Amino acid sequence: MSQPVTIVIADGTLIPERGNKGVFSAWRIALIGAIGLLIVVPLINTAEVQSFVHTLWLQVFPSSTPNPVLERIADGSYRNYYWNALKFVPDGLIITFQVTLLSIACATVIGLFAGLGQISRNTLINRVSTVYVEVIRGIPLIVQLFYIYYSLGQLLRTEGVLAAVAALSICYGAYIGEIFRAGIQSISRGQMEAALALGMTRRQAFRFIILPQTVRVILPALGNELIAMLKDSSLVSIVALPDLMTRGRQYTSQSFAYFETFTMVALLYLVMTLFLSRLVGIMEERLQKRGRK
Amino acid sequence: MGTTDKDTQAIIEIRDAVKVFQEQRALAGVNLSVAKGEVVLIIGPSGSGKSTLLRSINRLEHLSSGSIRVADIEVCAANADIRRLREEVGMVFQNFNLFPHLNVLDNICLSPINVKKIGKNEAREQGRSLLAKVGLSEKEYSFPDQLSGGQQQRVAIARALAMHPKIMLFDEPTSALDPEMVKEVLDVMLDLAREGMTMVVVSHEMGFAKAAADRVIFMDAGLVVETGSPRELFDKPKEERTRKFLDNILH
Repeated sequence: MSQPVTIVIADGTLIPERGNKGVFSAWRIALIGAIGLLIVVPLINTAEVQSFVHTLWLQVFPSSTPNPVLERIADGSYRNYYWNALKFVPDGLIITFQVTLLSIACATVIGLFAGLGQISRNTLINRVSTVYVEVIRGIPLIVQLFYIYYSLGQLLRTEGVLAAVAALSICYGAYIGEIFRAGIQSISRGQMEAALALGMTRRQAFRFIILPQTVRVILPALGNELIAMLKDSSLVSIVALPDLMTRGRQYTSQSFAYFETFTMVALLYLVMTLFLSRLVGIMEERLQKRGRK
Repeated sequence: MGTTDKDTQAIIEIRDAVKVFQEQRALAGVNLSVAKGEVVLIIGPSGSGKSTLLRSINRLEHLSSGSIRVADIEVCAANADIRRLREEVGMVFQNFNLFPHLNVLDNICLSPINVKKIGKNEAREQGRSLLAKVGLSEKEYSFPDQLSGGQQQRVAIARALAMHPKIMLFDEPTSALDPEMVKEVLDVMLDLAREGMTMVVVSHEMGFAKAAADRVIFMDAGLVVETGSPRELFDKPKEERTRKFLDNILH
């Protein structure tokens, strides 16, 4: 029997599996750290704590200039920007999730057909899908987003979520198409031959034999794409979609608290991608177990 | 088993089979007929076209010219009923080609259920009795990678038999096996031969040939060089090329 094949994508997220100790403990440290900071920083960053910190600071460096934080505390205009930023962005979080999930679903369907098209023996289908993959992979996602939102948007009157999902799916469809192509081609020819020799049509062989094995092979790569998609969905903030990133920017435009706001936004993205990468890891472990129970 | 009047009873009829791969002639005009119930062993050096010939019989390879008839099916015709052909002809591969994502029983039942459209329960019952026949009753829920090579090949034979073929093709069924597992596979094949299955076997297993084969065919360079009973061909080969080849594989 042939060895199981895994596709390694070098620039993707590391998938934490129980078997891989290094990655798994790195994942755990990052997750605990991120969640810890998310909870602790807004909680302790009260006026009292701030003034205490600055009193200490003045003890160490007595020559320091007068502290603006203390002044704002004195005149009552001090804000806990971490906490306020965190309260401001949750509806953006929901949009981010919606866009990501819709896009990954559409992109996987597009990717399946693009991958099948690339190995199709029909010349036309083959050319169309190969050109699609080549063209899309050659254009930065942000340019595609502008293109679809502003140019095609005028023609098709798309906007908001639809434009964002369309751009992300079309772009990622090309990458996922490559993953499907590589995955399908990694299944040994003998599998197709055995299925044909048993009287199955090519379509049946594909459905019952090739596709289930392909899914198992490409799952890590697909999980990576899902995580990359979640991160790249922050680019949709340029099409004025109130996602997590946009909401963060909106908050900074009224508070000017860039550091505090983007610290919180970054931590929220990090927690989400860490959860997703573990989810992919669990799926992989399950699939491997089912193969050799 | 041996038939004198092969033409009237021939279940496989190959005429002038030619197969060209990228300017290489894998088959250079092969004529062969196999009678119902006959067991034919094909030997020959690698690249002699024996696997190509075997794979042409169920149209995994498509001939460049010539014709093949299996039962009443013209294999090379454009409108040939490929599905019925492949139901009539079972095949066992060198590398077993079990489906690694399915357990043993599902490997056997998949095609009967989806191609022959028989009921699930019936298929499973049949699958279990076939597993008993190849001596693997206790393995129905194992996955292929939990089995030894010999066990995998026996499952592959059961899987092919589940379609009730009239003919079985074996493409080097024991070449990928560790020596101690060869016998268990050959025993299953011997049983099949005794039951009267028509078999075309590409293999160099002399013991099996002597025990079960009605005819041995020596192929070289895409042609049938010599045909005879196992005793004739192995002990008194007429052709120089046959003699040379046998000398090489016996040592």
